[in-house]
Amino acid sequence: MQSTFEHFFNVAKRYFVKSLVGFLVINFATVLKAEPYLPHDGGEILEKLRATAFDPTAHEIHQLRARLAADPTNSLLACQLARRCIERSRTDADPRFLGRAQSALAPWWDAATPPIDVLVLRATLKQSQHDFANALADLDVAAHIAPGNPQVWLTRATIFTVLGKYNEARQACLPLAQIAPGLVALTALANVSSLTGSAESACGLLRNTLSAKNSASVDEKIWALTVLAEAEARIGQNAEAETDFKNALAFGQHDPYLLGAYADLLLDQNRPTEVIDLLRNETRADSLFLRLAQAEAALTPPPATLADHLTSLGARFEAGHLRGDFVHQREEAQFTLHLLHQPRAALQLAQTNWQVQHEPADVRILLESALAAGEAAAAQPARDFIRTNHLEAVQLNLLAEKLNQK
Amino acid sequence: MKPFSLARKLGLVAASFYALLFFSTGTVHAHTQSTSYLNLRTTPSGLTGEWHLALRDLEDAVGLDLNDDGVITWSELLARKAAVSAYALSRLHLRGDGQTGRLHINELLVDNHSDGAYAVLRFDVAGLSRPNKIELIYSAFFDIDPKHRGLFRLEDNGQTRLAVFSPTTTTQTFDLTLPAPRAPFVTFLCEGVWHIWSGYDHILFLLALLLPGVLLRRDGRWQPVSAAQPAFVNVLKIVTAFTVAHSITLSLSALGYVHLPTRLVESAIAASVVLAAFNNLVPFFAERGWMVAFGFGLLHGFGFANALRDLGLHTGQLAATLFGFNLGVELGQLAIVAVFLPLALCLRRLMFYQNFVLRLGSAAIMVVASTWMAERVFDFKWLPF
Repeated sequence: MQSTFEHFFNVAKRYFVKSLVGFLVINFATVLKAEPYLPHDGGEILEKLRATAFDPTAHEIHQLRARLAADPTNSLLACQLARRCIERSRTDADPRFLGRAQSALAPWWDAATPPIDVLVLRATLKQSQHDFANALADLDVAAHIAPGNPQVWLTRATIFTVLGKYNEARQACLPLAQIAPGLVALTALANVSSLTGSAESACGLLRNTLSAKNSASVDEKIWALTVLAEAEARIGQNAEAETDFKNALAFGQHDPYLLGAYADLLLDQNRPTEVIDLLRNETRADSLFLRLAQAEAALTPPPATLADHLTSLGARFEAGHLRGDFVHQREEAQFTLHLLHQPRAALQLAQTNWQVQHEPADVRILLESALAAGEAAAAQPARDFIRTNHLEAVQLNLLAEKLNQK
Repeated sequence: MKPFSLARKLGLVAASFYALLFFSTGTVHAHTQSTSYLNLRTTPSGLTGEWHLALRDLEDAVGLDLNDDGVITWSELLARKAAVSAYALSRLHLRGDGQTGRLHINELLVDNHSDGAYAVLRFDVAGLSRPNKIELIYSAFFDIDPKHRGLFRLEDNGQTRLAVFSPTTTTQTFDLTLPAPRAPFVTFLCEGVWHIWSGYDHILFLLALLLPGVLLRRDGRWQPVSAAQPAFVNVLKIVTAFTVAHSITLSLSALGYVHLPTRLVESAIAASVVLAAFNNLVPFFAERGWMVAFGFGLLHGFGFANALRDLGLHTGQLAATLFGFNLGVELGQLAIVAVFLPLALCLRRLMFYQNFVLRLGSAAIMVVASTWMAERVFDFKWLPF
């Protein structure tokens, strides 16, 4: 009896001290922002511009920029530079490069009929800013001028998939498959099929194609494996999904989208430690940083870094608001629901996000926040979407069932 | 056509095709795009400022990585100090009441933001005394990045104004004679005060703890304290314990460390009011009011956190809102103490206080709080407050 009491007392004391320390740390860490400082050591590394000292792409971008500065209306040079910058924005998850790409295309940014390559790149950039309507308008013009350009159809298919307009997406895949048969066209089509009631067969098709010998590039294979693994995860084939994610990671490319998708699978299986190992250094990309913080919050007790990470994430969303950016609404809804535990605010964000895009993750956050806020009716658009498209997803069905019981 | 050449042709098609393609599985969001942070402060004699420019942006604008090794060191930044300053001065122009201000850069520092390192330029503005109207013309980085934004903050006389510079908005004027919109800190401070005053459960809880504050328990009977000082100490202990306790749980809950369901918290808060009042009738914590205040204060903190959450936390200004709200709660609470304590000190020697105010008051509090508890546990509404 005595020892039980002592044990209880000790535990209580520990938690008290911990929460007191936590309280002080939090208040001082967040109230007092880090101050600008004067570095002492000239060799102190302030910023890393790239992963390695020698980086051919960085060099190429540098040279292209210089050449374009001397000849700013050379659309060939501008497109080359814009393309390199867009690639860089994806591998580094650094949207600063998207702004740089836009600057390369500046002479044609508002032109009605720019050269075809500019038009397609402009659509890609507008897509990345979630300006889907104008991106599609550019692609309409492009499809008219150059119906044989595969990128036009691929970007169209991608945008319609993000919007959840799967018929239109499928229609864009068909010309793509005719112009450029291969893994890319197949993956785009299989992705749509996996979201519209044919997940099993879409996965089978992708698996067979990937296991056969083919000449696809590493990037293409990574993309196909990612699409496959995500589809498998949706229908509950977790072991297969994990194998495919790992196969994609084994190529050794830095692909933020792939990392995020794999982290989601791990989070759903309540494996936060592995997520932390995977994303420890990925604090630059918001989407990955958010998943890292989610994993940290899933640990008991959460690691000391969590408070800092929450503050940083909050500051980024706030900076986005001040800038007038609204491309982070899904992530902000996830942050608000899972990390700030504010279901009503999260629901509002999820609803605004739903006005813009309809990916499975958008469906999910709408269902989750409606459930947490106790407003089952708010989830109706998401449930209608699942039903109309025959979207197969274990996690989404579980949520929809819970909402049914409300 | 032989199969071999067909395969080769397909391979060629695939290769040339790839050079052209961007495929993306949905959307990847990354950290915010190019942003600079410009702060300007009015002082009695004029204006001073601080401008944070991302090293990545400066690298593209003026070149910092002198040895091209992919990293920017402090000595590289120092070596380019003149170029950085010249660039900054050419991209920011300031006028006060029609007079041109001359920017003087005093210091070059470094700050780490969540998205990378920034050069910090501290500057004074000469040629202007404290102006009424400030006009800013901002044009940094727009030529190399149309998505760049300059986030501007103007602090004047305790007021903060925020503005954003973009390629389409490069000139903005600020009239310091007009009142600025309220900052979230002030808003949440007021919300905190209001929450204490309009949330009767917190008032009643405090009152239940404070009522015996001017009395002492001797031989099973309440005695008035002889002087004001012990009463002050007693009340101070209670209020401090309550404050510390609810600050802990408010912070932990608002920052997402601990989360308790609203209904559970609200029911438990009602129960805490009942127990605090009961303690005045049948003392089981006679002179340790501060312990009761601390223990139950932890509960009330969760209640405050739920209220704060309903107001909608500003994610980026979490600290300001949390701190503002907490401070507001304390101020509201102090106001109650300031009204209660002098009154109670005056009345403490009267039998009326001991019999009527303390006993009947506590009993009344118990009745009201028990009803709340029932309402909250069984989810119905009976009392109008």
